[in-house]
Amino acid sequence: MPDATIQDTPSQDAAYNYGYLDEQTKRMIRRAILKAVAVPGYQVPFGGREMPLPYGWGTGGIQVTAAIIGREDTLKVIDQGADDTTNAVSIRRFFARVAQVATTTHTKEATIIQTRHRVPETPLTDGQILVFQVPIPEPLRMLEPRETETRTLHALSEYGVMQVSLYESIARHGRIAKTYNYPVMVNGRYIMSPSPIPKFDNPKLDRSPALQLYGAGREKRIYAVPPHTPVNSLDFDDHPFEVETWTESCELCGSTESFLDEMIVDDTGKRLFVCSDTDYCESRR
Amino acid sequence: MYVAVKGGETAIAHSLDLVADKRRGDRDVAELSLDQIDQQLGLAVDRVMTEGSCYDRSLAALAIKQARGDLIEAIFLLRAYRTTLPRFGASEPLDTTRMVAERRISSTFKDVPGGQVLGPTYDYTHRLLDFSLAASGERPEAPTAPADATHALPRVGDILQRDGLLEPPPSNDDGEARDLTRDPLVLPASRPLRLQNLARGDEGFLLALGYSTQRGYGNNHPFVGEIRYGHVPVSFVPEELGFAIEIGEIEVTECDMVNQFAGSHDVPPQFTRGYGLAFGHAERKAMAMALVDRALRADELGEAVTSPAQDEEFVLAHSDNVEGSGFVQHLKLPHYVDFQSELVVVRMLRAEVEKRREQAALAQAAE
Repeated sequence: MPDATIQDTPSQDAAYNYGYLDEQTKRMIRRAILKAVAVPGYQVPFGGREMPLPYGWGTGGIQVTAAIIGREDTLKVIDQGADDTTNAVSIRRFFARVAQVATTTHTKEATIIQTRHRVPETPLTDGQILVFQVPIPEPLRMLEPRETETRTLHALSEYGVMQVSLYESIARHGRIAKTYNYPVMVNGRYIMSPSPIPKFDNPKLDRSPALQLYGAGREKRIYAVPPHTPVNSLDFDDHPFEVETWTESCELCGSTESFLDEMIVDDTGKRLFVCSDTDYCESRR
Repeated sequence: MYVAVKGGETAIAHSLDLVADKRRGDRDVAELSLDQIDQQLGLAVDRVMTEGSCYDRSLAALAIKQARGDLIEAIFLLRAYRTTLPRFGASEPLDTTRMVAERRISSTFKDVPGGQVLGPTYDYTHRLLDFSLAASGERPEAPTAPADATHALPRVGDILQRDGLLEPPPSNDDGEARDLTRDPLVLPASRPLRLQNLARGDEGFLLALGYSTQRGYGNNHPFVGEIRYGHVPVSFVPEELGFAIEIGEIEVTECDMVNQFAGSHDVPPQFTRGYGLAFGHAERKAMAMALVDRALRADELGEAVTSPAQDEEFVLAHSDNVEGSGFVQHLKLPHYVDFQSELVVVRMLRAEVEKRREQAALAQAAE
């Protein structure tokens, strides 16, 4: 198994505050996080800052992480489940640089895991924080483009439009064809976007012992799911929620239970399947 | 094994080296200095300062150099620096009647008090490539009339307003200026906040929207009441002093657009205003901003909101080019997990269709 500690701890830039953000900004973000934790699934507007990474590349998640990280933390960053994807590497280097924090690829060792598009396969535990990068925090956005409208719909729990869209999917395809960013109901009150994770990961959000924080930088929203909070994927009695399955198993570790990435390995289109969660996969080999 | 999308540390390090190398280009060509960019690409510097919301010519020039002339990238660089700066207060409102104008025109009157001052403008140049610029050589300085800093330039709008023909500018009753870069935009937004958003907004986006109002998508019959460009003093009230002191001068372009308004039940017909302001010399931006500002007032003035330029959520949510550029380009990041989910479902749906077809064919054959 490869060494989990990553050998890149450049020295801190003297021109920037610890964790990049100034202390007032951190305090403002922490307040937003506290409010978000107090009202699970509710999108709290916050004064999102311009970050030195582009919008859409995880500025929300980075701001949340920057506001909660301390020297004693161990950070893991994944993108598509993998620690070695370019954007994960870039964000991990950013925090190693501005927060001199220990980084790891092992899910179990991390106190903070920032993620894009996946929830680790290894079950999370008490005290861990999972930070999601969120492109579009509003689960109703593609059904109603107006913020003023969607805010009212949330306030009134008026979620018929979402149920209708799922029903339309069944009418058209015979099943709910939504595959990622699959809407969930949090604590029986707010419909929430779980960020573009595959629906395969939705069950992991339900009553997770870890704290889930969601940061949307461009849209300037933070929301949260506190530990042990019920998170239900929307469905119908006669069309219950179901996750993706594969007939193949992982080429490297043989797993039949993890989310598999499909790789095209030659010009004739030959395929093989491997775990998207690199840490999980390596730990089983 | 297939590793192309899993770049890793070395690939990123090499990519950073490559882009730095590309930026420098052929080492036999002299390197650009920041002064050269400031002086000779001044309008690019103006745009980067305006949309970067940071008045600093040398930082903007540095950003342009680092971004290899990609102005949106330069705006991004400048903003990412600006965001880390401490905020120690807000200046007093600029008094543009105190502007030492290098250029000042009105299209609503043949002559106006203070005069029409054409100043440096491309408006009446013939757009013929000047091949003499390809060769280096000193140019003689242009003769200029001495700028009169002693006389305040009355605004054309104020003159119209005296007769009640033009609505008065909005009163500044809430005092405290909100800062879009500190607090999230909440909709519906106040006009000052809208203007802040437009001032930071992408010039091309505002230009297209402003243009659309002229082509019938939310027409409001605009006239250039006045455009002025020049230096304005900036004043600040330090807490320990309690009175305003001048802390410097900035260059701005201001556009006061005068628009038709049919009047309503309570208000007799009068002209209304759209307002634009940009750092440096940026008339296209200031005018487009003024057109869109006026279009966004449709609701306030009881006009039907029928066009994109009048739609506050549409305009304000999409005006920012740093946001737009980031979100469009994030599609370059790996999305293979979500795509995998889609593949699984599309295959399943296709299999079901195939099965139904086979069954139908069998049923038909059996008949």
